[in-house]
Amino acid sequence: MEHMQIFFQQLINGISLGSIYALIALGYTMVYGIIKLINFAHGDIYMVGAYVGFFAITKLNMSFIPALVASMLFCALLGIVIERMAYKPLRNATRIAALITAIGVSLFLEYGGILIVSPQPRAFPDVFPMSKLTFFDGKVYMTNQQIVIFLVAIILMILLQYIVHRTKIGKAMRAVSYDQDAALLMGINVNTTISATFAIGSALAGAAGVLVGIYYTSISPLMGIIPGLKAFVAAVLGGIGSIPGAAVGGLLMGVIEAMVSGYWSSTLRDAVAFGILILILIIKPTGIFGKNIREKV
Amino acid sequence: MKKMMNKHTIITIIVLILLYGSVQASILLETINPFYQLNLILICINIILAVSLNLINGFTGQFSIGHAGFMAIGAYTSAIMTVKLGQSFPLAILAGAVAAAIVGFLIGLPTLRLKGDYLAIATLGFGEIIKVLFVNFEYVGGASGFHGIPHITTWTWVFFIALFTVVFIRNFIDSSHGRACISIREDEIAAETMGINTTKYKVMAFTIGAFFAGTAGALFAHYFYILQPSNFGFLRSVDYLVMVVLGGLGSITGSILAAIALTILNAALQSVAELRMVIYSLLLIVIMIFRPQGLMGNKEFSLKMFKRLGRGEKHGSVGNR
Amino acid sequence: MALLAIGNLNMAFGGLNALTNFNLELNSGELVGLIGPNGAGKTTVFNILTGVYAPTAGTIIFNDENITGLKPYIITQRGIARTFQNIRLFSNLSVLDNVRIAYHPNVKYGVASAVTRIPSFHIEEDALTQKAIDFLKIFSLEDKMYEIAKNLPYGQQRRLEIARALATQPKLLLLDEPAAGMNPQETHDLMNLIKWIRSQFNLTILLIEHDMSLVMGACERMYVLDYGIVIAHGNPTEIKANPRVIEAYLGEEVPNAKNQ
Repeated sequence: MEHMQIFFQQLINGISLGSIYALIALGYTMVYGIIKLINFAHGDIYMVGAYVGFFAITKLNMSFIPALVASMLFCALLGIVIERMAYKPLRNATRIAALITAIGVSLFLEYGGILIVSPQPRAFPDVFPMSKLTFFDGKVYMTNQQIVIFLVAIILMILLQYIVHRTKIGKAMRAVSYDQDAALLMGINVNTTISATFAIGSALAGAAGVLVGIYYTSISPLMGIIPGLKAFVAAVLGGIGSIPGAAVGGLLMGVIEAMVSGYWSSTLRDAVAFGILILILIIKPTGIFGKNIREKV
Repeated sequence: MKKMMNKHTIITIIVLILLYGSVQASILLETINPFYQLNLILICINIILAVSLNLINGFTGQFSIGHAGFMAIGAYTSAIMTVKLGQSFPLAILAGAVAAAIVGFLIGLPTLRLKGDYLAIATLGFGEIIKVLFVNFEYVGGASGFHGIPHITTWTWVFFIALFTVVFIRNFIDSSHGRACISIREDEIAAETMGINTTKYKVMAFTIGAFFAGTAGALFAHYFYILQPSNFGFLRSVDYLVMVVLGGLGSITGSILAAIALTILNAALQSVAELRMVIYSLLLIVIMIFRPQGLMGNKEFSLKMFKRLGRGEKHGSVGNR
Repeated sequence: MALLAIGNLNMAFGGLNALTNFNLELNSGELVGLIGPNGAGKTTVFNILTGVYAPTAGTIIFNDENITGLKPYIITQRGIARTFQNIRLFSNLSVLDNVRIAYHPNVKYGVASAVTRIPSFHIEEDALTQKAIDFLKIFSLEDKMYEIAKNLPYGQQRRLEIARALATQPKLLLLDEPAAGMNPQETHDLMNLIKWIRSQFNLTILLIEHDMSLVMGACERMYVLDYGIVIAHGNPTEIKANPRVIEAYLGEEVPNAKNQ
């Protein structure tokens, strides 16, 4: 039953990778939902999160949870600063102008990062003793890291769901994403709400950065590009603007990618990810959970 | 403007002849530093790429960020023609351009239904897929690269092909077909209501743009001896995007000036590549915030512009007939 | 035979029925009004007629040909032109180019001739430009032909939009609230312009309008839509007297119209 072993092993790998994609995809989808911007720089915020986690653990000797929280706070702040400085002046500009700016911010974080922390990859410290849960006589295993990643991702997603549906700021976020002008008339502070959205989305990306550091044990300033793009694909797959969509899309992307690597070739997995993106965009641009919006004539 | 040869055309032709002749003479006399020669050739190649991308992004308003992918197809196809099949260089350029145009057509047909940022992401995806396919294509060397491409590209080749590209796209834009493309950028629904087959013109602009990107790729391949898939990643597409945005979406002369300026900037910052990218990224952000139409907007640069400025006129509808 | 016959048109957006069993006939040369409260489905009729939306059910016969669900550009080439409620000019282009674009479907030279600039290109291009200039003269816009469209005053933008639509050489012209945002004097001039272009260009016109003085004064017949259903049709006198119309829509507007 070698086939089944590959399948289960890749499923486990896919789910832990997918949880990371899901966390990043949530930020994309929240920002898109609220200001209709593909925040290209989101993948790079995740890179910054990984570095903050790295320095918190190695230089400040923090343990895992404080490092995770520090990284989330730092990224939340970074998200707010980026939104205020780069995106806010363009809120009424064309979407393409905003997209070009986002590409600019992305490149700025990547190459600014290289200037500051050097282009060399760094080894992320082991925060958990390496141990495995094994199944099928040890042929299929699940590492400690994978379990932690999965649990942290689930907890954060539940927390997000709570914030969006049970708190005042969550209600404001939903209102602004539905109709910005009407929300303004209802006395909602749109600027604060957009900042909060960036903060939450960026914090999730920061958490994903620390988790990926644990998973791959190596971080570099350009690490955000490909996972960022794939998380974007995940958000589109789930239906951009939809929070459950981002979670499901992220998990699906992770599993698909693990299966392509397991059964086919890992060099092709990026091409497959982009192939999926193009197929969805052409066949069902609204994704799994997205709503259909018609242009008003 | 009915006469084919007016004063400005004659001045332009004289300037171009002098420009070509002086560079060619200094190459023949070996008075030009190879570094400058390299950059003059790069300027011409970049002009081809920037102007052809402007046709898609600036004039037709379809936002593509995968131009490097078409360049890669032109580069690899032409190299296969000369290295593997022993064909002549002109035929190789043509094959590269046509291959890129065919791929552009096939990609454009389904994706150009997408709007704005979705189209941008789809073209980015295609660009990356093309790159990954070349990595996995052992016939052309895979990830380690395609080696032993003859060095045939010269100043004469790049100068005249760049000139041809600019004249082609300028003449296209200044015709009813070009106006059809521009009307799509202005208002796609209104354009369709004017009886314009918008799909046809979007795909046409995309195919022409890809054709010239392929041409530029062929010239590039036969200058640098080696091709690697990593040469044609997203960052290269961003280079041309910056040129188009900086020069002005919808300005051919703007793209030319930006291609020249940024090629020189690249050369100057060659030793500090990271700093170059930081400058690029800040340029993008600052232009979008303060002058989203680019330096030239959709205006064309000409001598008339200075005269008008001198007379204190605004709204120089320069470039209009 | 009617120039346009719309039969049992239905349009649903999700669960909402924007149009239910909509029927309409236009004879050649008529000027007919389509009125109704906001959200009644008037613009939806235009959007289906011009191919922007495909109807859920129903047929549209134009000039003895079924044009249901054809692409917008083909419908324009068959002879239906329109203007938009919120003006949709090519706003960064000159007034002249706005009209020249409307002539594009008649252009015979190909891309190759355009790029190589062979003499026939220049001949045709000059002829096309002259035609556009002559056309602008009819609308007294020729002295503005090098202006950028978005810099025109509002009334002239409306006029340019009508001129541009007519340049596509339609048999049927659809006008979507052409008097929106105009003062009474401008509305009056517009009404005369509409009557004049109808006779000058041998047109049939279907007009959506909120300004009752314009509709009542200009249209021979009118259809009244409410919640996607035709609740009345007839000549202005019949419409004014129709209790359902008064109830649905004209309650406040009719006295106003009578006064003028």
